[in-house]
Amino acid sequence: MTGVQAMRGAPRRLRCCGASGCRSAGSEALQVALEQARAAVGLDAGALPIQPVGCLRLCGRGPLVACDGPGGTALYGGVPPAQAGALIAVASAEGPIDGPLRAEAALAAHRLDLSHPFFALQIPVVLEGCGSLDPCSLDDALAHGAYAQLKRCLQDLSPEQVRDEVRRSGLRGRGGAGYPTGLKWDTVALQPAGPRFVVCNADEGDPGAFMDRSVLEGDPHRLLEGLAIAAYAVGADRGYLYVRAEYPLAIERLRLALQQAQARGLLGLGHCGSRHDLQLEVRVGAGAYVCGEETALLRSIEGKRGMPSPRPPYPAQAGLQGAPTLINNVETLAALPAILREGGAWYAAMGTESSRGTKVFALSGAVCHTGLLEVPMGIQLRTVVETMGGGVPDGGAVKAVQTGGPSGGCIPAERLDTPVDYESLTALGSMMGSGGMVVMGETTAMPEVARHFMRFSVNESCGKCLPCRAGTVQLEQLLQRFVEGRAEAADLDRLDALCRMVKATSLCGLGQAAPNPVLSTLRWFRHEYEAGCGPLAGKP
Amino acid sequence: MADRRIALLIRRHGGRAEALIEVLHQVQEIHGYLPTSALLAVARGLQLPLSRVYGVASFYHLFRLQAPSEHRCAVCLGTACFVRHAGVLAKQLEQRLGLVMDAAGADGIWALEQISCIGACGQAPVLVVDGALETKLPVDDQEALAARFDAMGLPSARGQVR
Amino acid sequence: MSVITLTVDGCDVAVPAGASLLQAAGAAGVKLPTLCHLDGLTPVGACRLCLVALEGTTKLLPACATEAAEGMAVSTTSPELREYRRMAVELFFAEGNHICAYCVSNGACELQDVAVTVGMDHSRFPYRYPQRPVDASHPWFALDHNHCILCTRCVRVCDEIEGAHVWDLAERGSDCRIISGLDQPWGEVEACTSCGKCVEVCPTGALFHREDGTSEKHPHRELPFQLRLAREQGQWRNQGQALPQALEGGGEDPS
Repeated sequence: MTGVQAMRGAPRRLRCCGASGCRSAGSEALQVALEQARAAVGLDAGALPIQPVGCLRLCGRGPLVACDGPGGTALYGGVPPAQAGALIAVASAEGPIDGPLRAEAALAAHRLDLSHPFFALQIPVVLEGCGSLDPCSLDDALAHGAYAQLKRCLQDLSPEQVRDEVRRSGLRGRGGAGYPTGLKWDTVALQPAGPRFVVCNADEGDPGAFMDRSVLEGDPHRLLEGLAIAAYAVGADRGYLYVRAEYPLAIERLRLALQQAQARGLLGLGHCGSRHDLQLEVRVGAGAYVCGEETALLRSIEGKRGMPSPRPPYPAQAGLQGAPTLINNVETLAALPAILREGGAWYAAMGTESSRGTKVFALSGAVCHTGLLEVPMGIQLRTVVETMGGGVPDGGAVKAVQTGGPSGGCIPAERLDTPVDYESLTALGSMMGSGGMVVMGETTAMPEVARHFMRFSVNESCGKCLPCRAGTVQLEQLLQRFVEGRAEAADLDRLDALCRMVKATSLCGLGQAAPNPVLSTLRWFRHEYEAGCGPLAGKP
Repeated sequence: MADRRIALLIRRHGGRAEALIEVLHQVQEIHGYLPTSALLAVARGLQLPLSRVYGVASFYHLFRLQAPSEHRCAVCLGTACFVRHAGVLAKQLEQRLGLVMDAAGADGIWALEQISCIGACGQAPVLVVDGALETKLPVDDQEALAARFDAMGLPSARGQVR
Repeated sequence: MSVITLTVDGCDVAVPAGASLLQAAGAAGVKLPTLCHLDGLTPVGACRLCLVALEGTTKLLPACATEAAEGMAVSTTSPELREYRRMAVELFFAEGNHICAYCVSNGACELQDVAVTVGMDHSRFPYRYPQRPVDASHPWFALDHNHCILCTRCVRVCDEIEGAHVWDLAERGSDCRIISGLDQPWGEVEACTSCGKCVEVCPTGALFHREDGTSEKHPHRELPFQLRLAREQGQWRNQGQALPQALEGGGEDPS
């Protein structure tokens, strides 16, 4: 099961991906055409439902349509609206005897192979509802089991029991740093009595990452349920969901889902018929990557400049309004309903010793199959990039894989056998990060990659602390010399020394990690930097 | 009366200082940007120091302190787009529009800006032209690219008759 | 009052609970370089000069913004720390336009002092020579952005001590700058009481009295600490003479 595929013998229906990626590829026009084609053959929504759903994974082939029927599921990609009739014929199995067959043939070029490893190796946990339910319908979410675990927690489990289960699952923060979730919860829960807050960090800003967006757009109720479970476990009765403003569709669907759940009494005062309250609010960012950092995010929720502050004190001790505040990322929270339903031990059985469970990755760049995949931790990088992603288009060779965004690094092709877990990636000078995975082919020059990320950090530095504000600017200038082939040998040492200084002395994670793309490319592709010390050395 | 609208939306937020960012978003929806007079009204309404309001408005990239140009073309320079040659795309757009990235255009009609990842990595490289996403731009094929630019309504600086 | 004991560079010290590592270092006779920190103002940990190492962790911590805890073993110097501090000062110099020879605060400049302390004789980083303006619109004071190091002392003293909040930071990253009001000329900002505290606390020659010439600035940087202490101890109550009942607890500052 991929989370995309429906059970054999499922009722006939069409599922249209309505996530941002497919929308930009024309999914709305296709859905209208499908509805017209359905009417043209005299069918209605009862006989053949056409449902908007969340991400169907293979974003690069959008717009995607899944076609369920007694024989199983077929997936089509890049279908032009003109072919809507053929899709309806296949889905409904109506029309002349050979109609569906002819339609099948017409659609052959668009049919995607669901047994391809891209789909077959996926294990949907966080994404289990994404692609199969209508993100705008609370009833559909409830039919898929939404809020059942929240109700169970509120009715049958003590907050300690919930925290125990999460600790048993071995779940670690999916925002990037990988801090054990259970431990974080305990820290908040065990603070002296008083008000507490929960915050969902949906400020997904790493370039090349769109995992959280897919959850927000595809299964928002799962996230709300996860956040409510976390609130119960740490004793919070107020919370915020902080979403980056660059995700308008995600914000719209999240707001709708929150309204629906509040109107139905699933969230709010005495939610789910319990004696507990939970007041949630959606807050929208305004374009600042640094707000993904916990302390900056809290300042932004308070309506201030998103500038980080020194830790300790940690938000778990003193966050919003000085009260203990739990901050978890979207993917972390969205994993909770399944963990509570199946048990922490079930989740912990997947993955590796130190990195349990599954992780969602956004695969993009120089790779055949781009899109979203959820795989068990510890899977080999090669499996993801080559087996599932199909490698570089036109048969080119993989040069490196970038993970962890501007805080991560480039893993060279000769290390593709590395298992994908927190420790292994860190050991290679990269990091798990939030889950963006950008494949680079032979034509990509590494000093340019490093400069690309350093420019990003220069643009996104908040300016509070000196090393990040002034150090990144100097680093970008230095990298420019290598890119243009006018560096001198001493610049290599200068680059290395300044990287170490910015890493060791910056105030927040953004600054501390800003040199990582340089350090990792220096480590694995030093010869490209040496080649940048050219005949123009020393020239301005 | 913009001022009355601002007063109204501040009241809707209970006049709480923590609503500053939300209020600025809504003010920008009214005016298209954040004019000084509106910032003043917001500061008074929320009882915040002027410099704090300006500090916040200028911190976040999505808040505009100047009236926007009529049309905007934004090039995504996220990593996936970068790997798929968004840098080349940006240069070609600069040439075609006769504009410099992130600098105000002389005639104020078109502006070219860069953005960092809008999460459409699967369709890289991408552009946002007046709010509409344009995907999978054929950077390697000059003719096809020019045709796409034409279809988006992007003027050609060289071909324009003045 | 409870007492915390810890070691600084191997030397045992005792400080009152709630004291910062900077105070603990002071108690051990160690003077750490600082630029953004000023006694009497909320610490921000922005200049990164007072970073110290803590036994048992790899992360460096800003002494000004870290509370001392029982049993901590703090080390304030090492070859790395010395190198990082020197590089930081170089970055400060390369970032702005600091030319001591004709600066109002030559001889009374904390940036200059720190440069001497860390032994910086030149910057290994190219100077950026940014284009920055001077605001001389205030009748008594002026702000020369060329010398600003973004320590935000002026922002804090105006907000925390004077309560006027004339200043704040605008923009971000390397575009960061100090602004008054809605990015207006200082002289036009109604909230300014012309108290001059911002000028007194500025570590460099960015904020100065208009009549000051080269090397003529004589700042009074103890002001926030003295004012805060005076407030906390109610020193304005005319030594021993009780205020009339009506003024008791009436407000912070009767002036």
